[in-house]
Amino acid sequence: MPEISHYQVKTLTIDGKEVCASEHQTILEVARENNIDIPTLCYFNGLNGVGACRLCLVEVKGNNKLLPACVTQAQEGMEVTAHSPQLHEYRKLIIELLLTERSHVCAVCVSSGHCELQSLAQKLGVNHVTLPYLHEQCKADGSHRHFVADHNRCVLCTRCMRVCDEIEGAHTWDITGRGIRSRMITDMGEPWGDSETCTNCGKCVSVCPVGALVEKGKAVAEMTKPNFLPYLIQMRGKGQ
Amino acid sequence: MQTIRIDGITRIEGHGRITIQLDDHGVVEDAHLHVLQFRGFEKLCEGRPFYEMPSITARICGICPVSHLLAGAKACDAIMGLRIPEAAEMLRRIVHLAQITQSHALSFFHLSSPDFLMGWDSDPRERNLLGLVDKHPDLALSGIRLRKWGQQVIDLVGGRRIHNPWIVQGGVASPLTMAKRDEILSGIPDALAIALRTLIFFKHMMEKLGEETEVFGNFRSMFMAIGREDGNLCLYGSRRRHEGWLRFADADGNIVADNIHPRDYQEYIGEAVDSASYMKAPYYKPLGYPAGMYRVGPAARLNMCRQCGTPHADKALNEFRHMYGNISLSSFHNHYARLIEIIFAIERMEQILEMPIILTDDVRAEAKANEAEGVGIIEAPRGTLIHHYKVDGDGMMTGANLIVATAHNTLAMNHGLKQVAENYISGHEVTEGMLNRMEGLIRSFDPCLSCATHADGTMDLIVDVVDSEGQLQQRLARRR
Repeated sequence: MPEISHYQVKTLTIDGKEVCASEHQTILEVARENNIDIPTLCYFNGLNGVGACRLCLVEVKGNNKLLPACVTQAQEGMEVTAHSPQLHEYRKLIIELLLTERSHVCAVCVSSGHCELQSLAQKLGVNHVTLPYLHEQCKADGSHRHFVADHNRCVLCTRCMRVCDEIEGAHTWDITGRGIRSRMITDMGEPWGDSETCTNCGKCVSVCPVGALVEKGKAVAEMTKPNFLPYLIQMRGKGQ
Repeated sequence: MQTIRIDGITRIEGHGRITIQLDDHGVVEDAHLHVLQFRGFEKLCEGRPFYEMPSITARICGICPVSHLLAGAKACDAIMGLRIPEAAEMLRRIVHLAQITQSHALSFFHLSSPDFLMGWDSDPRERNLLGLVDKHPDLALSGIRLRKWGQQVIDLVGGRRIHNPWIVQGGVASPLTMAKRDEILSGIPDALAIALRTLIFFKHMMEKLGEETEVFGNFRSMFMAIGREDGNLCLYGSRRRHEGWLRFADADGNIVADNIHPRDYQEYIGEAVDSASYMKAPYYKPLGYPAGMYRVGPAARLNMCRQCGTPHADKALNEFRHMYGNISLSSFHNHYARLIEIIFAIERMEQILEMPIILTDDVRAEAKANEAEGVGIIEAPRGTLIHHYKVDGDGMMTGANLIVATAHNTLAMNHGLKQVAENYISGHEVTEGMLNRMEGLIRSFDPCLSCATHADGTMDLIVDVVDSEGQLQQRLARRR
């Protein structure tokens, strides 16, 4: 007797729309397959999700907590709300918090016009910042021959850390500290230019959603990110 | 003793206050310009990559961001230790000349001409651009058109009118297309016609402005500008052609210091700190402070050049010199000099745009930081602009010193204020028209106080006359 496949198709609703999910698919993946746009910042297709930015938080009926869509697996019978006035306000607040925590000055940023934080702010209608700016001064690291790490513009999405670990296998980037004192570091906190593990591949620069990791010498608005996704997915597939 | 305060000065770029000190007999003892606000760009840029500086410092000003972009880019070029491609240099010159045109047009038509045309003592509610549009529509609209055209050229060449990120370290971000070149060229005859027409108009008007010429900053002082070997008017200062070295002249036009390399500027220029103002007071070091007072700007530049180097501008300069002598000591002549420079800028733009090299693609050179310091100097509309950057081994900024054109004129503006005050205010009851003349003196320098420090504020005018006991004797108030 042939073995019965355990592969199951799950049915659920997102914003009232009936959708199907295969096993291990996250709510975010299912939503995007069905053209339901849930904003994200830390998520990068091809890298493991971490739910760091909290922009993709959704409501699931029967659950009294908001859940990050990027790391929550779709379940049979789930009733997901991805868009509501309340969620919209939360997402705007997250963007405001990010904008006030460090120094995001689009006017003089190399990534202006190509920045995911900037475009999310525009898309969500964050046209004013109502919270006080912290004006925390972080040191920009220009020690690398080709790249600059400007921690003033970092949103701690950890894409750099994940791509360096999961794809390049170097694990040059990591995170130190906790909470508001968290910082991305290279190796054990040495200047990037002194890192013994960095292969100078530039993958971290390619996936950085903002102007934190950029090519040296780029002037305002000149830093465009290559379309790294197809390569990443291909590499990911080979690895698996 | 009485103190008169003009707070703040109207129709200038920025926010400032004038204090006039009178003795018990109402005779002027001293007059002083205070710049009231502080922005601190020199400090906030520390730790940034040096090549971000042009765009950061451009935010100092919305009127002349091109000047800061160019001075910043030149300082970056010096840090990289390279010579930018010739086409890039020519393109930078085009936007610079366009900026001279639009900025001078703003100063002459929008800010200063209401004084000449509406009268110094006219109703302040009409003594502005809108009043001008009402009473002298042709001239007012000419001014608006000329300024608009200058802005359009900046837009066409660099893709944006204000805070244009196209000017970058090592050159410019993109080349000029033939279509845009031709569009700019097609606007030149009209722009030149406006400038020449205005010059004729102002030449006649100057006959009625003899008193202002006599007392508006008419004194002996040194002058400073960047120069060229052939002695012609130098606005950009090409590293490629070894132009743009600093030059000082005395009040008789004799060159007293020449060929000062930008990196050596601090050997000749000291910066005194005035406790009553956020604007520093630069002085010529060999003479000390305050004897080393010098002036920069359009009239200073024309005093120090042999010729402009273009036909109409040279003709206008010769006429000017024929009427007022080779060396103009009156700051009121800055207005005339601005018109001559506008003519020069338009003609020079045409000359450059007709060079085949202007359409070539090689517009950017690349290098890392190869020098620990770099100085970029340019003649901004208001005078010599100096950007001095210091970097660490990674090219990150460790320090900056900016001497903005308006600041060079600090001592001269104070000197001129006293002269005007002595002439109009001593022993008289203070009227609004008298105070407007004080402001007019400041306007003749076209100061950009936002550049010189930083400014943001209302442009209301309140004048208090206070006696030695601190009692308010007279208050004149003007609200926008």
